[in-house]
Amino acid sequence: MAQTGTIGDKVFRTILVITAAIILLIMVTMVFIMVWNALPTIKSFGLSFLIGREWKPADSIFGALPFIYGTIVSSVLALIIAVPISLGIAVFLVEQAPKKIATPVGFMVELLAAIPSVVYGLWGIFVLAPFVRDYLGVFLEKYFGWLPFFQGRLTGIGMLTGGIILALMITPIITAVVRDILEVVPTQQREAALALGATKWETTQIVLGNAASGIAGAVILGLGRALGETMAITMVIGNSPQISASLFEPAYTIASVLAANFADATDEFYLSALIEMGLVLFLVTFVVNAFAKLLVARVGKRMHA
Amino acid sequence: MESKISISNLNFYYGKEQALHDITLEIPERQVVAFIGPSGCGKSTFLRTLNRMNDTIPIAKADGTVLIDGKDIYAPNTDVVALRRKVGMVFQKSNPFPKSIFENIAYGIRINRMYENKADLEQKVGKALHDAALWDEVKDRLNTSAFGLSGGQQQRLCIARALAVQPEVILMDEPASALDPIATQKIEELIVELKKQYTIVIVTHNMQQAARVSDRTAFFMLGKLVEYNATQKMFTNPDERLTEDYITGRFG
Repeated sequence: MAQTGTIGDKVFRTILVITAAIILLIMVTMVFIMVWNALPTIKSFGLSFLIGREWKPADSIFGALPFIYGTIVSSVLALIIAVPISLGIAVFLVEQAPKKIATPVGFMVELLAAIPSVVYGLWGIFVLAPFVRDYLGVFLEKYFGWLPFFQGRLTGIGMLTGGIILALMITPIITAVVRDILEVVPTQQREAALALGATKWETTQIVLGNAASGIAGAVILGLGRALGETMAITMVIGNSPQISASLFEPAYTIASVLAANFADATDEFYLSALIEMGLVLFLVTFVVNAFAKLLVARVGKRMHA
Repeated sequence: MESKISISNLNFYYGKEQALHDITLEIPERQVVAFIGPSGCGKSTFLRTLNRMNDTIPIAKADGTVLIDGKDIYAPNTDVVALRRKVGMVFQKSNPFPKSIFENIAYGIRINRMYENKADLEQKVGKALHDAALWDEVKDRLNTSAFGLSGGQQQRLCIARALAVQPEVILMDEPASALDPIATQKIEELIVELKKQYTIVIVTHNMQQAARVSDRTAFFMLGKLVEYNATQKMFTNPDERLTEDYITGRFG
């Protein structure tokens, strides 16, 4: 940046540099503090912390695998549900809906993203869990019960409900990002397809092809959100550290176990174990988000090349 | 001479604003007709009424008749998808798909199911590239991205893509306005070559281009058709004073 001579501009610039530096400082101290505080378990358990299946804080046995499993499976389940729905909404908003409908619906999608997590959680307990227990679960057991995913006791609280709640929460963000990406696909691409005798569906495929890496980015952004989501899923997933193929069974996520147990973690080892899990979650979401941003940015660049 | 396209009393509106006023015009088969006129005169809008590309604009509305081979393309039961296959279009800015050169051409053939097997598809792609005078330049890199081509090559690729679905009419919306003189010359030679097989309608800003490539020229101003004549006559002895003023550069 060019230096201007005046003192005012120098002060202004210094203030901006400081504000920007703060964010970096926060990141670095966060990682440092987490690593520092997790050192006791990192040292004494090493890799077995990540692959251990037992979680008995009272006996100082800390295996994080059930939590890692619960986090990943609930998030992937959320993606499986949310991605097709989000794509459908976004394509409808950009390619099909008249402006009169697209604007309010788009606005509503954005509002959904603003609902506090705990409200989703309450809704999950009082509406979604009974619905899963009495209808959806029964249906899945009846017709897909031959799959290991849909066997076992059906309480309404468990992995399936957790995944659905997460799906609801990430649908708005995936929809909004995909919509923005579809909007920057040049009109000339649509016209090129139409001029060759493409149907609406075939034209949409061309548009999606143009936006492919951006859509991948949006999906991964949603994944990042799902991995780190805490309150709502804590309220419906059952909070039991087990690894079960059945989606009806309760499970536990990293974020949930941190939120639920931090107050009780009095001894150094227990606290260290929780912080190490926090570190794992932090690193995973950091990498996932960085990757997503990269993909989204690439589309923007290509469109304006 | 046989008319390929016959337009009568066509009015066109963007919402309340009228963009075309009562246009009546005949486009003969296998000739090149050029539309000229100042910016915003409606020539592009008019071109886009001929394959109903304006349908994508929600507030746009056309009334009047446009007959292609005697069939009204604005009749309610018109199959717009089939119409656009028959009336191809090349745009001002080249717009290849983010696919390989081969797949760009193959796209239209595929979606219209116009091939029997892989060899047939390859043969048709090759023919389109030959017809667009691009084959020699791309034959060794058919599977590379279309974005690797130069601007002029990309535009000829778009022409080849349009030719691949075997249209009868090709609409060109200022196809050379973004190209350098040499690339422009290639496009113009191509247009002259293509009119042996196709009816071509070209919108151009460049009056010399209209004079060089077209058989007939239509001059538009403010949404009205001022004059429509043989190009030769139009550029030497136009009927209308306004046309003469425009062509000689007194305004525009």
